[in-house]
Amino acid sequence: MSDHLVEMRLISKSFGAVVALRQVSFALDAGEVVGLVGDNAAGKSTLMKILSGAYTPDSGEILLDGHPCHFDSPMAARAAGIEMVYQDFALVPELSVTQNIFLGRELLHRGLRSRFLDKRTMSERATHLIERLGLRVPPGDTPVRAISGGQQQAVAIARATAFDARLVIMDEPTANLSAAAIGKVREAIGNLKSHGVAVVIISHRIEDILETADRAVVLKRGQVVGERRVADTGSDEILHMIVAGQDPRRAANNGPSKSA
Amino acid sequence: MSSASAPKSPPASRFVFDQRRLVLFAVRYGLFLALGVWVVAMSFASEHFLTWLNVLNVARQAAPIVVIAVGMTFVMATAGIDLSVGSLVALVSVLVVTFFNLGLPTYVVLPAVLLVGLLAGLANGSFVRLGLPPFVVTLAMLTTLRGIAFVVSDGYATPVKDEFVLWLGRGQIGQLHTPIVLAVIVAIGGWVILSKTRFGLYALAVGGREEAARAMGINVGRVKLAVYGGVGMLAALGGIVLTGRLGNGSPNAGIMLELDVIAATVLGGTSLFGGVATIAGTVAGALFINFVRNGLNLLGVNPFWVQVATGLILLLAVLLNTVVNRRVSEWARVGKADEQEPETSP
Repeated sequence: MSDHLVEMRLISKSFGAVVALRQVSFALDAGEVVGLVGDNAAGKSTLMKILSGAYTPDSGEILLDGHPCHFDSPMAARAAGIEMVYQDFALVPELSVTQNIFLGRELLHRGLRSRFLDKRTMSERATHLIERLGLRVPPGDTPVRAISGGQQQAVAIARATAFDARLVIMDEPTANLSAAAIGKVREAIGNLKSHGVAVVIISHRIEDILETADRAVVLKRGQVVGERRVADTGSDEILHMIVAGQDPRRAANNGPSKSA
Repeated sequence: MSSASAPKSPPASRFVFDQRRLVLFAVRYGLFLALGVWVVAMSFASEHFLTWLNVLNVARQAAPIVVIAVGMTFVMATAGIDLSVGSLVALVSVLVVTFFNLGLPTYVVLPAVLLVGLLAGLANGSFVRLGLPPFVVTLAMLTTLRGIAFVVSDGYATPVKDEFVLWLGRGQIGQLHTPIVLAVIVAIGGWVILSKTRFGLYALAVGGREEAARAMGINVGRVKLAVYGGVGMLAALGGIVLTGRLGNGSPNAGIMLELDVIAATVLGGTSLFGGVATIAGTVAGALFINFVRNGLNLLGVNPFWVQVATGLILLLAVLLNTVVNRRVSEWARVGKADEQEPETSP
């Protein structure tokens, strides 16, 4: 059952009286790209914040390689190889590209100078990392505030993959980006996939999902409405599921669907 | 970088590019240029200005400012400010004589007042960490600490007789005055911490964008606590040096000192909005203020006007630091985007 990379089982989460997630189950494999779609307040972000350690679930469990684990902070999730690319990139504009990539996980010298930052190694690794992802970013010592939105997204993606990530969650990775930059992001997702990294894309843009994902999972009001292999669906069907909140194929089989 | 892009771009745009770099250079190193120009101009205006004796004199006056401003640089890196350092200097000054009068030995008194400085700073930091505006917190502390200094001393200045304290304020190590040596040590230490350690980087990250720092696992509250604790301790050290120089512990010590410290830091290019800080700039800023004051004194300018000049310099520094700096960096960024356009389009 659990040969998935990550499996979330029957996750529920409430904020006060508001139920954000009701017994949501979600799984994905290494090298798989999954699109998580749904309306505002469908629970996409909450589900991924639980997976990335920002929230703890009220009930349900998370299995990584089949082993239950608890992430009580984003750091714990990152240590397990689960990285988040935030919608606003969570970059410090004044710091350089390299400093942002290693922020919170700086490399230090060894031995006598072990309290000091190993800037040269970090700079070399940042360059290597960005090349591997096929991204184009100005030199590592450029402050992030001086680079374009697409390049900032590239830095955020490079940071998420800097430490042997196994799963990268991207929250609206193409929002506010130019067409050229969107192409670059999609390319980078493809590169991650080919390196065996699983990717979850939270997006309002169905074309992003159809373009890059293997599978789409639709959420509505804290529940999974349905899921599709991208190869055998189209934007009309997914859009219908997002809006109607029900799976048309299941509805056709079972008559009027549960609306509880 | 410029040589790589030069063959691609036509000569006209290359000229614009170089001009842009010149302006950026002027803005970034404007203080150092201004300091240089002032020193050269003053050395023509007064034969006493560029003498070893006068330069040492200025450096000695700048020393306590440098010591405290190094701490202030870290605070401002986190987008904070500490207005209470001048009052803390007075409290430490008063406590030094009070503790000596209790019969305590030097090796107890000095660590004790450094501890007082640290605790006062940590108190500031604790409130700031709760989310109160640093400006208001430290303004409240400014009047509180000055008040305590007056209460403890009953308003009187009392002479200091301790040899070591006097040596810290007036003594010499070889050719150099002790305060200068102390300031150099503190500045080098501050530079190492700011540019080579995690702590310095985290201070800049917290000031640059707090939410991003937090998302990357940085303990924002602890960084803030540490920078205020640090500036408190350095203010105490500055207070000890000033007490030694003045030869007495006075509740009136360090009045308006916070302004000099903040002016030096802002002049040096440390951003009022956090995220950008340099120790070399802070040191140059402190020297600049003191060289200007010293130069005006040598020219026989009325001391009241010297105060006006100090205020105007601070105003100019803030103007450069905020409006001009932002405009110029925006302008530079637009220029850079223009240049890269052919590369980024598919």
